[in-house]
Amino acid sequence: MSGPDRPDRPGRTSRSAREESPDRLYTVTGGRSHSDPKEFDLVTLVVSECSPTITMQSEHAAILRICQSPTAVVELAADLDLPISIVRILLGDLLSSGRITARHPRSTATDTASSLPDPDVLKQVLVGLRNL
Amino acid sequence: MDFATSEQPVSGTAEDGLPERTPLSASTTQGLKIVVVGGFGVGKTTMVSSVSDIRPLNTEETMTQAGEGIDDLSAVRGKTTTTIAFDFGRISLNERTVLYLFGAPGQERFWFLWNRLFSGTLGAVVLVDTRRLADSWYAIDRLEHHGTPFIVARNDFGGPEHTTEQIRDALDLPESVPLINCDARSRESSKEVLITLVDYLYALSAGHVHRP
Repeated sequence: MSGPDRPDRPGRTSRSAREESPDRLYTVTGGRSHSDPKEFDLVTLVVSECSPTITMQSEHAAILRICQSPTAVVELAADLDLPISIVRILLGDLLSSGRITARHPRSTATDTASSLPDPDVLKQVLVGLRNL
Repeated sequence: MDFATSEQPVSGTAEDGLPERTPLSASTTQGLKIVVVGGFGVGKTTMVSSVSDIRPLNTEETMTQAGEGIDDLSAVRGKTTTTIAFDFGRISLNERTVLYLFGAPGQERFWFLWNRLFSGTLGAVVLVDTRRLADSWYAIDRLEHHGTPFIVARNDFGGPEHTTEQIRDALDLPESVPLINCDARSRESSKEVLITLVDYLYALSAGHVHRP
């Protein structure tokens, strides 16, 4: 059911490079399109374990450069101008070859719908927010 | 005053190919997320931008679906691909923890991607505009469906005055769900919204308040 006033479409008009070039996405991932969201959460922090090399695919090299400091998956996607699912595939390559490590969120409540965050984590968040 | 909008994505990179923003501290180990959900133009990006350490960034997720509804872009391309764009910012809470804030569109097709993007989120803020309350019904329904705890924040657009009771009624919101007024342009006010959400989550998780 759509509401009385239909919201605008979320698609952008100003920055459509990604949408216009499915070929590029195909090339970037070597044709793979499936990624496992459980492996890399949006806020999984990625850290490089080595430097990029000249022979590396440019996206892999870019990830290794950016992740010299811990960088969340979602920030990488924004920096690389690639959809999240594509970045997850690229990260999977780098993880399996030991070029990156991943710091996963502590509570990944993926299937237990009713689970609530750890009170200790929440307390930490409250202190942090109050100190802003 | 500078009004941030979602029409100005930032992905600037310096000459060395690194992003032009402060990197996270090397000791950061834990990423958390809170989602701000709301209809178009309700002030999601403005709120994210008010409290974020960095200028909001923009990214997207695509999902190919087999025969699941019709998408106008896909009709042109002959593929069923859903693309959802969203903004986000971040707040470093301490040397180990960083909180990501996502501004997410509330419309129907977005919810196909909820689990994929926002499972494990601490909670959500439903940002509402009283001139378009109906836009929020679907979002509230979906959050309840996904079991994601949320509060409702009314962004003050200076429209006709409604009491919180009227808004609560119109949204059919249980008494236990916090409902507050805010000004998404204000850092203090947006901070207060987040604190209200986390206070509520704490009360839920400590068993002081029961889920609606």
